[in-house]
Amino acid sequence: MPSNPLIVQIESVSKFYGSFQALRNISLSVRAGEKVVICGPSGSGKSTLIRCVNRLERHETGRITVDGVEINDEARSLAKIRSEVGMVFQSFNLFPHLSVLDNLTLGPMRVRKLSRAEAEQTAMHYLERVRIPEQAKKYPGQLSGGQQQRVAIARSLCMKPKLMLFDEPTSALDPEMINEVLDVMEKLAQDGMTMLVVTHEMGFAKRVADTMVFMDKGEMVETAPPATFFSSPRTERCQLFLKQILTH
Amino acid sequence: MLPYRIVVVALLAALLTTGCGNTGYTWGWFVVSPWTSKGQTNLQFLMSGLGWTLALAICAIIVSVVTGLLVSLLSLSSTRVVAWTGRVYVECFRSIPMLVMVLWVYYGLPVVLGIELGIFASGVVAIALCDSAFEAEIFRAGIQSIDRGQHEAAESIGLPWLDKMRFVILPQAIRRILPPLGNQFVYMLKTSSLVSIIGLPELTRKANELVVTEPRPLEIYTFLILEYLVLIVIVSMGVRYLERRMAVSDRRPA
Repeated sequence: MPSNPLIVQIESVSKFYGSFQALRNISLSVRAGEKVVICGPSGSGKSTLIRCVNRLERHETGRITVDGVEINDEARSLAKIRSEVGMVFQSFNLFPHLSVLDNLTLGPMRVRKLSRAEAEQTAMHYLERVRIPEQAKKYPGQLSGGQQQRVAIARSLCMKPKLMLFDEPTSALDPEMINEVLDVMEKLAQDGMTMLVVTHEMGFAKRVADTMVFMDKGEMVETAPPATFFSSPRTERCQLFLKQILTH
Repeated sequence: MLPYRIVVVALLAALLTTGCGNTGYTWGWFVVSPWTSKGQTNLQFLMSGLGWTLALAICAIIVSVVTGLLVSLLSLSSTRVVAWTGRVYVECFRSIPMLVMVLWVYYGLPVVLGIELGIFASGVVAIALCDSAFEAEIFRAGIQSIDRGQHEAAESIGLPWLDKMRFVILPQAIRRILPPLGNQFVYMLKTSSLVSIIGLPELTRKANELVVTEPRPLEIYTFLILEYLVLIVIVSMGVRYLERRMAVSDRRPA
C-alpha cells in the first residue's frame, strides 16, 4: 500500500466558522485502497474535515487535492471531484419522491450519461451487493433505517467512485440495524475501496482500518495503525476518549 | 367530497332563488330561465364569456408560474445582486393593486414604451405580473422547506445545479406547495373579472352588458356568482386530484 498512488492529499487545512476555528492545520493523505477511520468527541471537526473533501464545506487555508485535482471554486474541477467521491450521510438523505431504483439511476443517467437500461443494470448490480435487490421498486419511506442506509451506499457506488466518504453512517440507526450496514461496509473494504470513515464503531475500526485518526477541538491529535492506536495511545486526550468509548 | 360540494352549491342556489330576507324583493328569474326563448338567449349571452375567462386565467396561470418560479430562484441565489433583483421584483409587483395594473398595462404601456398589447394580452400580462410576485414567495417557501441534506446528497452524486433543482428539489417542493398554489389559481380565476374594465368580453363583462338591456341586475349578477362558483369548484377538485396523485409516491411504511 505505501507505493499506491495518493487519492486524497490534505495539506495544512484550516477552517473557521466566524471566529470559531473548526479545523486547525490538518494534514492527511489517503492512498488508493487505504481505509482511514477518524474518531473523536462531538464537535472535534471530524465531519467538517471529510465534508471538505467533496466541498460540502469550504476550507479557508491550505490545499486539498483529490486524485490529483485541487479543490477550489472552479466549477469544472468540482464536478469532476464530486463524480469520483461517494458520500454516505448520517441521515441517509435518500430522495423520498423517487423509488429506490430511481434514486440509484439518477446520478449515472444525468452525470455519467448512461442509458436507462445501462443505469438500471448497474443499479441492480449494486443493490445485490448491499443485499436488497427485492426492494428496487419501493420508496425510501417504506424501508427500515438499515435498508435505507444500504440503498444510500449503493447509490454512491453506482457512480463508481474512487473514494468513499462515510459521515457517521450508523449513528442514526437502531442498534439491531447497525451490523447490516457495517457488514456491507466491511465487504466494500475487502473489495479494495478507498474509504475515509467517521465513526464511533470501534470494533469495525479495529477490523477494517489501516490508519486511525483521533481528532479533538479541530486538531489531528494522533495518527497510528489500529494495533498501536488502541493498545498504546500516546496522548492523554486520546487515552481518555478511548477509555470512555470502550468501557461500556 | 363531491356530494358535499354539490350540496353547498344547491343550498346556496335555493337560498338565493327563494329569497332569504324579508325585504319583499320579488325575484325575477325569468330573465335567465332556460325554459323561455328570451331566457335562453340571455343565458347563451352570459355564458359566451366563458371562453375568454378560461383562456385568460389559463394563460395568466402559465405565465405567472414560470415567472414566479424564475423569480423565486433569483431570490434564493447566493449572489447578493441576483437575490436582490428577485426581492425587488416581489416587493414591487405585489404592492400594485390588480385593477390599477390592468389599467396601467393597457393604457400606460403604449404611451411609455410604445408597446400595444391588445386587450387580451394586456389582461394576461397584468394578472400574471401581479400574481407571479405571490407565486414567487410560495415557491421560495417550498424550496426553502426542503432539507439541506437533499441538496448535499444531490451535489455529492455530482448533479449540476439545474439537474439538482429539476429532479430532486422542485419535485419535492411542488408537492408541499400545491395547496397554496391551488389557492392562488382560484384567486387568479376570480381576478380575471377585473379585465372586464378594459373591455374583454369575459363573464363579468357579459353580465355588465346584459344588465344594460335587461333591468334585472340582481338575478344576472347572482347567476354570474354561480358561474364563478362552478368554475372554482372544478379548479379545486383538479388541485385535490393532483395532490392525491403526487401523494402516491410519498408513501410511508405501512
